[in-house]
Amino acid sequence: MLLDVQNLTITFDTKYGPLTAVRDLSFSLKMGETLGVVGESGCGKSITNLAIMGLLPTQAKISATRLAFEGNDLVSMSERQWQRLRGKDIAMIFQDPMSALNPCYTVGHQLVETLLVHRDFSKKEAWSESLNLMEQVGIPAPSERLKAYPHELSGGMAQRVMIAMAISSNPKLLIADEPTTALDVTIQDQILRLLKDLQEKRQMSLMLVTHDLGVVAQNTDRIQVMYAGEVVESGLTQEVIHHPTHPYTSGLLAGHPTAEVSTKGKARLPSIPGMVPDLRHRPQGCQFHPRCSYAQDKCRREMPSDAGPTRCFYPLSNGRPA
Amino acid sequence: METNQQKELSPFREFWHSFAQNRGAVIGLAVLTFFIAIGIFSPLLAPYSPSQLFEGTYRLPPAFTSGGNIKFFLGTDDVGRDILSRLIYGTSLSLGVGLMVVVVSLISGTILGLLAGYFEKHVDSTIMRLTDIIMALPSTLLAIVVAAILGPGLVNAVWAVSIVAIPNYIRLVRALVMAEKKRAYVTAAHAYGAGHIRIMLSEILPNCTAPIIVQATLGLSEGILNAAALGFLGLGAQPPTPEWGTMLADARPFMESSPWMVTFPGLSILLVVLALNLVGDGLRDALDPRLKK
Repeated sequence: MLLDVQNLTITFDTKYGPLTAVRDLSFSLKMGETLGVVGESGCGKSITNLAIMGLLPTQAKISATRLAFEGNDLVSMSERQWQRLRGKDIAMIFQDPMSALNPCYTVGHQLVETLLVHRDFSKKEAWSESLNLMEQVGIPAPSERLKAYPHELSGGMAQRVMIAMAISSNPKLLIADEPTTALDVTIQDQILRLLKDLQEKRQMSLMLVTHDLGVVAQNTDRIQVMYAGEVVESGLTQEVIHHPTHPYTSGLLAGHPTAEVSTKGKARLPSIPGMVPDLRHRPQGCQFHPRCSYAQDKCRREMPSDAGPTRCFYPLSNGRPA
Repeated sequence: METNQQKELSPFREFWHSFAQNRGAVIGLAVLTFFIAIGIFSPLLAPYSPSQLFEGTYRLPPAFTSGGNIKFFLGTDDVGRDILSRLIYGTSLSLGVGLMVVVVSLISGTILGLLAGYFEKHVDSTIMRLTDIIMALPSTLLAIVVAAILGPGLVNAVWAVSIVAIPNYIRLVRALVMAEKKRAYVTAAHAYGAGHIRIMLSEILPNCTAPIIVQATLGLSEGILNAAALGFLGLGAQPPTPEWGTMLADARPFMESSPWMVTFPGLSILLVVLALNLVGDGLRDALDPRLKK
């Protein structure tokens, strides 16, 4: 098991009381596996990533029965050990590639620096390796691009550079946090295909975090859907996409535009009513019940467990309550 | 390849283009260059040694007024020293003092500001409270107190003026760092395994340089002015050092009978400070992205 997370809880102390951003989150990731993490904004996706990278802000309190990468406990790791792990075995790419590159340095400089941190290269070797990486991520005229400053690149190009930096140390796990949200739809597809391609070639694990079900549908082995800091449904991608059992997943899928809906013109895209709960004042029972159209009394009183594939007392079958 | 080289030059060219549009700044730069040249070549340019006494030529008026002597172009002072020579030798002193003040306060202020802005919490509050204490006292008064404690002298005046100037840099750098460290590239640098020192020095600091350069240029003129003020009060350079502020102090009793003795040192200070402020403003206009059209 590459990454093993059991009962991860992340709490922030705020002026208005404790805020539990992630609650009892458990999941694991095998070597070479691709996991899609889906959820609305504020559901704890990014915070989970930061926890895995050891980059949580200092006011966050973290607890977990197990949070391990390759069997090494991450919670008790010192800052020094973190620095050896970060960017080496676990790498990350970010939502907005343009602001994730330092505007002061050329792309080449930043790539070389990253290479020198983690690998035993001379400057010259690092430069030729940079060229090699730039080619691998599909950047045309790489030797000229290496001399460019970030502001001279397009968004898609910058994201390719970020990917090149991320894979430069041969990471075992690549976390892509909304890698295509800031990009054009046409570029989105290219970047996703590039990620999938690199993942397969290098046999690394990929965690693709997004709010867009369409993004994960074609590019992941497994999906986990998050709601209010909890996993509400997980399973094989095709299984979850075609036969969602949790009302939230089903709602998300219904809200996804298809060619059919958009040509009908007048038809309104269905959406899930209500809002994500205030994480300081969580509802009792199932977290989704205030917005769930199938909610029953039991849902309002008790928490469904996450033991099964879906965190629901009354899972759907074929889009209907059983 | 040619286009590439052009691109690499472009940040400086772009800067020069907007700097050159500001006529005041260009004039300031010219005046400053003039004074720097005088400071560097003072032994070659000065007709006499700054401490050479000419008997019988006390308080001689400048050559272009009646009663002047062409040998002493700007006249002589109360003990018969050539004022022009003293001014020329004083240039390197005054500019040097300003530069030293900037170096000392810039380095210590930047380090403290970086630490305060980056680590926040205890580090921040400790540094900022110390800064508050320094800023609570009027700057000239504080400089006088420090100079009085350390004892009069040019080097001690540099320390005194530097301490007064440090809070400016701390506050500026801290604010810049706090804004800059929330940017995604800093998180990205963390994610690629960079340590705190690396992130502070090679990620955040280079992105803060423009306002720091502007502050340093303006700080240079302030340093010169404050050092001259200490000299005037007798706490800076001691006579017979040809420091401009000290020259002013020496000439004060003769202000009415021999006005040229205060005029020329005063004018020199004015010109240098004005030139530096013009250059500083020009730099700010050229470097600050918020002021760009």
